[in-house]
Amino acid sequence: MNDFFLLAAFFLVGGLTLLSAVLVVTVPKIVHSALFLALSFVGVAALFVLLYAEFVAAVQVLIYAGAVVVLMLFAIMLTQGSQTPQSNLPNRQWVLALGVAGALFIVLIAVVYGTAWPISTSPLPAYTTQALGQQLFTTYVLPFEIASVLLLVAMVGAIIIARED
Amino acid sequence: MVLSLEHFLVLSAFLFCVGLYGALAKRNAVAIMMAIELMCNAVTVAFVAFARYADPAALAGQVFAVFIITVAAAEVALALAIVLALYRLRRTINVEDIDLLRW
Repeated sequence: MNDFFLLAAFFLVGGLTLLSAVLVVTVPKIVHSALFLALSFVGVAALFVLLYAEFVAAVQVLIYAGAVVVLMLFAIMLTQGSQTPQSNLPNRQWVLALGVAGALFIVLIAVVYGTAWPISTSPLPAYTTQALGQQLFTTYVLPFEIASVLLLVAMVGAIIIARED
Repeated sequence: MVLSLEHFLVLSAFLFCVGLYGALAKRNAVAIMMAIELMCNAVTVAFVAFARYADPAALAGQVFAVFIITVAAAEVALALAIVLALYRLRRTINVEDIDLLRW
């Protein structure tokens, strides 16, 4: 019964995420695209909860749906991309792009179903957030510190590039 | 049918291909950035699915997910700063019009 509910939740949330992702790349107004992108980010966060990654889900909502979408809306407003009635049109090569994306999807499906994935039988930690924190501050402490330096550099760089002079 | 790794990998593949179509077929530079974020999200879903099904003891996929989210956020900030600077210079963010290497 639990399996049925997990499967139903996956198809519901996954379907919503994929539908909003398709709408991001197809609707003709870019502000609508940004809002569907926020919806797909929240859908991905729900998928993380299904995968027992609650901390990653919270970070996903905070940073992606909370900051990245707002940043994109700022960029849309500042570049007046929304003033034209059709601000999110496909370019000249959209048919080729559709072909390439479709071919890649077929290849990926073939790989997913053709590989014997090493599914582990060991149990998940009872509190994945605690286990994630332990990993992040012991095994992965160097990438953690480098990531904070990277964020500092990105912040300074973005301010300098976008500055009016 | 039990919820398994293949379900999440197929979803991740579809999300990635939708993002790839958006990155190749759009004119608006911010729309291309949105499609790139979809691709990053797809990869993150795949990583976390592997952490749940193939590596539950060490949760390396979730650590990767945190780093992907961090780096993608920094990348979006910088890319949108570049788009803003480009808009100030050329008054357009249509990537089909920005086709000369020097102004």
